[in-house]
Amino acid sequence: MTDTLEVGGGGRPKSSEEEAKRRARVLMKGNDAVAEAAIQAGCDAYFGYPITPQAELLEWMARRMPELGRVFVQAESELGAINMALGAAATGARVLVSSSSPGISLMAEAMSYMAGSGTPMVLINVMRAGPGLGGIGPSQSDYFQATKGHGHGDYRVPVLAPASIGEAMDLTVDAFELAERYRTPVMVVFDGILGQAMEPVELRFRNPARRTFDWALTGAAGRPARVIKSIDLVPEVLEKRNIALQRKYAEISRHEVRWATESMEDAEYVLVAYGTAARVARSAIEKARAKGIKAGLFRPITLWPFPSRELARVARHAHAILTVELSSGQMVEDVRLAVEGRCPVGFHGRMGGLVPTPDEVVGALKALHGKVERTREHEREEQRKRQHASAAAPAERTHRAEADAPARGHALANAPAGRRDGGER
Amino acid sequence: MTLNPNPELPARPGAPRLIYRKPDVLADRSTHYCPGCGHGIVHRLLAEVMTELDLPAHTIAVAPVGCAVFAYDYLNVDFVEAPHGRAPAVATGIRRVRPEAFVLTYQGDGDLAAIGTAEIVHAAARGERITAIFVNNGIYGMTGGQMAPTTLLGQRTTSSPTGRDPLLMGYPIRITEMLAQLPGVTYAARGSIADASQIGKLKAMIRRACMVQIEGGGFSLVEALSNCPVGWGMTPQESIEHLKGPVVEAYPLGVIVDRALAAVVTEPGPVPDPRAVPADGPAPDATAVPEA
Ligand SMILES: Cc1ncc(C[n+]2csc(CCOP(=O)(O)OP(=O)(O)O)c2C)c(N)n1
Ligand code: SF4
Ligand SMILES: [Mg+2]
Repeated sequence: MTDTLEVGGGGRPKSSEEEAKRRARVLMKGNDAVAEAAIQAGCDAYFGYPITPQAELLEWMARRMPELGRVFVQAESELGAINMALGAAATGARVLVSSSSPGISLMAEAMSYMAGSGTPMVLINVMRAGPGLGGIGPSQSDYFQATKGHGHGDYRVPVLAPASIGEAMDLTVDAFELAERYRTPVMVVFDGILGQAMEPVELRFRNPARRTFDWALTGAAGRPARVIKSIDLVPEVLEKRNIALQRKYAEISRHEVRWATESMEDAEYVLVAYGTAARVARSAIEKARAKGIKAGLFRPITLWPFPSRELARVARHAHAILTVELSSGQMVEDVRLAVEGRCPVGFHGRMGGLVPTPDEVVGALKALHGKVERTREHEREEQRKRQHASAAAPAERTHRAEADAPARGHALANAPAGRRDGGER
Repeated sequence: MTLNPNPELPARPGAPRLIYRKPDVLADRSTHYCPGCGHGIVHRLLAEVMTELDLPAHTIAVAPVGCAVFAYDYLNVDFVEAPHGRAPAVATGIRRVRPEAFVLTYQGDGDLAAIGTAEIVHAAARGERITAIFVNNGIYGMTGGQMAPTTLLGQRTTSSPTGRDPLLMGYPIRITEMLAQLPGVTYAARGSIADASQIGKLKAMIRRACMVQIEGGGFSLVEALSNCPVGWGMTPQESIEHLKGPVVEAYPLGVIVDRALAAVVTEPGPVPDPRAVPADGPAPDATAVPEA
């Protein structure tokens, strides 16, 4: 990536105070910084298994956790790691696990158990390109996995997607808080660029207050025995548990949605992107504006719960939306669901570990801009014809003409798919 | 058969004397196990040993996926349910953050010797200070009596309807012997629930395995050869005869390794003591961060 960005989305430091803060920054690798943020947040135990591009996180933990008298275990597999996490978390410990895409697939089973039994844990996915063994380049092709799936059963986990190393540090701490507040696994997803690049980060740490857990397994001394489980063979009882889970998810959706916007005040074209793609989009927006396209950025921070309502509001005033991802187009499905046809939604993505360049995105935006302008011109033309016709013809003709006219956005939605050229799909 | 955990002396000579009482840790309810099933016997032995060693209040146990998935309904101790085969990993997590707890796993042969082989081998290799109870009935009881890795050659099951053929289905695994090779394993033994004398010996093995953990040893494992009358297609009585005959022939009884009794000095260096976890993490302190 050629563009450089401020950590945490902050502007250029101006005052002397800010200047001092800037100097207090340390150059850190994303994986290292996130690991240290978790340590400073009071992480009691880390379990992992080596995989690129997250291995530095494991190595940082291998060095630091024993120094502090805390738990580090390199497990025999990701199955081992996540199930160790399950056991440690069941006792009320603050637990972190990290891996990359193929490893997350192996962790899916235990994620489902933890969601079902209400066991809090933070899981970091430093995403790489797939499917299968794929490659080790940066990717966002685990969006579906993170937001719709991993394991079996009716469950969700909150998914946080930072776009800078500083934000990754903050969100990792927030993830512990969310996990403990809602008794749920929480995922933090970013890619190898964020994981392995170095950025100046501010050493701002937080150690969230400990809650008292009335469910943690500590030995049944002086109290009835506790059980952490997901099984219930009586359908009526299991459904009650399901309903309680769904209530929890509704509460999370109400209170925990996060997103960020930039340059949106006068934006006619909205780029929707998260993580690394959002950073590319930022650079693209600057270039597009220089070419006269008023573009802005809508950046989901929680991928689940997805900021649907907020995006729908944006879509009401936008000429069109362009979703940018490091995938074949996964989040764009949620974008379309949120937009509900209010404006055309285009997509531009790269796969295989490649990152779209800002120029590519500008190209896609220009193509979308051109199509929208043509459609709008066509609509204006139709409108003129209709007015002309209604002045001369009986009422039912007007009615038919209206039904024949392409609804706004339809013409584009039905146009041939074109991933790389920014066309609709 | 078993000793009274809390003998109460007779008030006067000749008065009725309490020689056995159900341990409190054993829940007051009937089990879901089939008539004649050995799981109940193993539960009871565990309950007795835990009571005798004063363990229930410190115990965190891991339930398997298998017929014993509801073990937490019968043993009044803290329990967490593990995914199929993963109990040793779950127990590892508990052990590492709770150095003071007594950590127990309970697994069937499908759970431990098929889907969970990696987890059991590596928990044993790491010498995790946990006690594993392994109930080997040579079959997948819960799912309807399919072949397990432990199923005897020639044995008919619902997935080996003409009998286990080694050319197609391989040979039974003696996983306890395999595990006993590992220096991390302090104690490994195989007992049986076939009769009162075997049950007594099995109880002594379970007791020894628990003592190993209490005394700070490494991994301890007791395999309990058990029956599954339903899965084996036998009456309970026939299943016991079968257990005493061909099953014990394939899986010899006895202590396989007891490294706490052997000269420990011959072993590689001791496994470092489990790392204590501070109740609260250290206060946020930027200066504590090492250079990136
Ligand atoms: C991942 C997964 N695969 C398969 C199953 C189905 N399953 C439940 S119990 C079991 C076998 C249990 O056999 P064993 O461990 O020998 O216990 P037993 O019932 O004989 O005591 C299987 C295969 C499952 N629950 N989860
Ligand atoms: S199926 Fe077999 S192992 Fe399961 S409860 Fe019945 S007899 Fe016991
Ligand atoms: Mg079995």
